[in-house]
Amino acid sequence: MSFKPFRLRIPKGPALYYLVFAAWLVTTAMHIPDGYLSPVTSAIMFVLVLPFWALGVQKLRQKANARNIPLIALFAALSFVIMMFNVPLPGGTTGHAVGGALAAIVLGPEIASIAISTALAIQAIFFGDGGILAFGANSFNMAVVLPYISYAIYQAISRNAPLVSRRRIFAAGLGGWTGLTTAAFFAGVEFGIQPILFHTANGTPLYAPYPLAVAIPAMVVPHALIASVIEGVVTALVLAYLQRANQPALEMVQKTGHVAEAAGPVRLRTLWFALGVLVMATPLGLLAPGTAWGEWGATELASLGLGFIPEGLARLSGLWGAPLRDYDLPALGNASLAYVLSALLGVAVIAIVFWLFGMLVQRRALAGVKVRKKLHE
Amino acid sequence: MNKVHSRRAGFIERTLIEINSTLEQSVFAESIARRDGLLQSIDARLKVLTTLLLLLAINLSHSLAVLAGLYGLALLLAILSAVPAGFFIKRVWLFIPFFTGIVVLPVFFITPGPALVHLPLGVVITQTGAQAALFLLLRVATSVSMAILLVLCTSWNTLLKALGVLRLPGVVILILEMTYRYIHLLLHTANDMFLSRQSRLIRRPSGAEERRMAAANAGVLLGKSLQVSHDVYLSMQSRGFRGYPRTLDRFRLQKLDLWYGAAILALAIVAIWLGR
Repeated sequence: MSFKPFRLRIPKGPALYYLVFAAWLVTTAMHIPDGYLSPVTSAIMFVLVLPFWALGVQKLRQKANARNIPLIALFAALSFVIMMFNVPLPGGTTGHAVGGALAAIVLGPEIASIAISTALAIQAIFFGDGGILAFGANSFNMAVVLPYISYAIYQAISRNAPLVSRRRIFAAGLGGWTGLTTAAFFAGVEFGIQPILFHTANGTPLYAPYPLAVAIPAMVVPHALIASVIEGVVTALVLAYLQRANQPALEMVQKTGHVAEAAGPVRLRTLWFALGVLVMATPLGLLAPGTAWGEWGATELASLGLGFIPEGLARLSGLWGAPLRDYDLPALGNASLAYVLSALLGVAVIAIVFWLFGMLVQRRALAGVKVRKKLHE
Repeated sequence: MNKVHSRRAGFIERTLIEINSTLEQSVFAESIARRDGLLQSIDARLKVLTTLLLLLAINLSHSLAVLAGLYGLALLLAILSAVPAGFFIKRVWLFIPFFTGIVVLPVFFITPGPALVHLPLGVVITQTGAQAALFLLLRVATSVSMAILLVLCTSWNTLLKALGVLRLPGVVILILEMTYRYIHLLLHTANDMFLSRQSRLIRRPSGAEERRMAAANAGVLLGKSLQVSHDVYLSMQSRGFRGYPRTLDRFRLQKLDLWYGAAILALAIVAIWLGR
């Protein structure tokens, strides 16, 4: 019998994934520093946040303008101070809440996103918490995704509930948890696309080094277990406190007509937002091997082991050359970016078609109203 | 031992420590901003622009040598600006990339590439892994160093006013100024609340009690914020605020500013060129 030297075999994959998890568990940071994202990503994130800032400013203009200046400043300051609270969780862990869900419930998501962005700006400039170039990305995750998602869930669950109902507490908690977890998911996506898009000739990642398959779980799981729980608990407990001690604060949003509006345009806006999320997620499809089921081309059919190519298919396959074949823009030389751009282009085309259609329908409807009005007269 | 002597500091102590270190940090930054040094005597608007330019150069670079050079520039600027070197290096390398350091560790091993070092137990550090880790560490550290230099060497109200050079609307700058001001007010209020509670405690409260306490404190602060914002609005109105801010523009470019701006511009262009 030959002697087999003892060698410790560490299962490499799981061990390393665990290490990454552990690392993020220790820190669970949401504030992306400079150096993790390429300048191109940072610029795109700024562009993505801009419409939401514009929406917030528009909302501010609708209300008494000057009154909101100190209100936003104080809520930004409040968000900053709440981020300092070391909230204990059962089991001995402590962590920080962002306070984004709370701000959204009291101020409405549009204004909350301005207030949280302000707090993030102060943190980035004066306290080195979060990068300056990455400010757009941080604002997108924590000042857009977090308040809008939290508010949507809070509204959906607590609709028509009395101001002091327990359902509102639950709604606030679930809103806070989901909002921050979704924000963490987006941060994971932002980290994860870096090594795909930006690397040197020999494959060395230039910025955040982990691929999507590591970055997303590494951001989402620890947040779902710790930071989001804290956000949810703090939001729910503060809401319960306000129900007991300061109900006027909870009525602020209602008074300014948010709720009346919620049934119509807000729902549409949520849909647009969801669409945007889907567009950003399109490069995920690149992770899956193979062609979409049922969408094989003639050559792929042959490679799938099909003995013959249907004659009609062979004849017709050259008939129509799509302008963006396989969603690729060769000029870009980059598959993922091309994917996102293709998706944006597709959405834009569909949106324009439906917009024109809507105009047509609306004209007809308006014409109908005019006719009816005339009849009444 | 009963539960009174808990190993870990309670929620109140930890929050107090955090609040105080934040207050201390901003006071300390203000004291450096008043010293006599190179960056302190540069026009704040120019400092904002050059810092952004340098950040861009740092984040565009595809070369480790260029990153190292830019970090050297940050150290040089710190020395010329009377920023205590020990404090500056420690703040960047011990405190902030602590997070990055932990995060970056697995990169050494999981990035595929030619082997650089063979460790016991069959673990291999790859060349690509080491490079990727160095890229991230150096990039984060240099970016943070530049950002810290800007804040340390400029007093906060000057810095916020200088942000106008980025074409930010005056109202945005006004909001930022008020936020910074009221952060201090709310921090002091929170400090007082926690301190008064702490001084009345005879045992460590349970986790549930601490959570309720944290929520109640946050709720009180929220109520106070609403109240103060209302008061501030009234006082702004009574002083004739018409919806847009008016500030004194005290900025004027000196000869030193021009030299500094030209030097940084040249360095940044060279860095971007070399780091392509």
